[in-house]
Amino acid sequence: FMQRGLDSQTKKQLEEEEKKIISEEHWYLDLPDLKEKESFIIEERSFMPCEDLLYGRMSFKGFNPEIEKLMVQMNSRCKEEEIEEDDKMEADVSDEEMARRYETLVGTIGKKFLRKRDQRVLRDEVEEDVNSNTIPSKKTKKKFLKPQD
Amino acid sequence: AAAEECVGQVVLPGDVLLLPAHPDEDAERLRLSAGAAPRGRLLCGPGLRRCEAGLLVTKCGLLRHRQAGGGAAAAGGAYWVDSQQKRYVPVKGDHVIGIVTAKAGDLFKLDVGGSEQASLSYLAFEGATKRNRPNVQVGDLIYGQFLVANKDMEPEMVCIDSSGRSSGMGIIGQDGFLFKVSLGLIRKLLAPKCEIIQELSQLYPFELVLGMNGRIWVKAKTVQQTLIIVNILEACEYMTAEQRKQALAKLSGN
Repeated sequence: FMQRGLDSQTKKQLEEEEKKIISEEHWYLDLPDLKEKESFIIEERSFMPCEDLLYGRMSFKGFNPEIEKLMVQMNSRCKEEEIEEDDKMEADVSDEEMARRYETLVGTIGKKFLRKRDQRVLRDEVEEDVNSNTIPSKKTKKKFLKPQD
Repeated sequence: AAAEECVGQVVLPGDVLLLPAHPDEDAERLRLSAGAAPRGRLLCGPGLRRCEAGLLVTKCGLLRHRQAGGGAAAAGGAYWVDSQQKRYVPVKGDHVIGIVTAKAGDLFKLDVGGSEQASLSYLAFEGATKRNRPNVQVGDLIYGQFLVANKDMEPEMVCIDSSGRSSGMGIIGQDGFLFKVSLGLIRKLLAPKCEIIQELSQLYPFELVLGMNGRIWVKAKTVQQTLIIVNILEACEYMTAEQRKQALAKLSGN
């Protein structure tokens, strides 16, 4: 449709005509309301989210202990989502406990692999610093010190 | 008719349920926790379809509604139709019991009670590799969930969840008894506080697997106990609570 040597005017006329043709034949939806609602209603064919059904495998009175453990796990998963707000508080406490336990664990198992000289130095240091977990001196390697409870 | 008025009443296919105009959502959006959808979101469950005015009913049954909030997975109210049927239609995410009917090389064909057989790949088990194949024979019972289930494609099942763990799915062991009930009874039994299950659990130790396709597998220590449980579960559909309690009282008396 592009002809050589076409004037700019005739070009513009052609473009306008094309646009007109397109706008007449162009189909458009006459229902803006439907589009708004689309984001609000989700269609769903399964009953699981509607009725909060339990997990299908069950065992009673210890017939199958693995499944009983699974039951507890699965059914508490549904309730975990309700406790979202309290998680932050609980997480803080458990993090501290974890750090404390990890310190003691690393200390005790680490001592097993220390050479005798290091072990003696470590023991002296632990006796001096009773209350705080300070960084050990340059001689010994940096380790987690067991806090004196 | 308005949707809220019909809750708990019988609705027939073709009824249009009108939804109220959505409240102003800007104020509510600020209060939401991260990741939650806007408050006005509505779950349109089985038996309902969306249409211009509101919801269109496609199955006959009772209309149910669940209120919004509560921290549950679907924030926002949910409407669905509680209908009764015996024939199962595969739905994605449903856990079902399937019977292995054929082994075609790397694929198992399972009968799930739908119009087509579902396929199950041998790699869809926990800890399965090309060398370490699961020991599945024709006639075995498998508890799995649907990965793909629509009217255009053959349903596919897997015995593994999204994190790669089996979480109870896989081959169901030896012995036990498989029988079929209607889908409505399964949903009743799987409801959060089901009296039938609670009462049965007091009787004697047993194991139960409920598939959303209407199949139940029961295993107890003796054949007699297994059959008693089977009979109670089958009869539960038509017994009232009183009759059930009487029957159970007689049994525990024995």
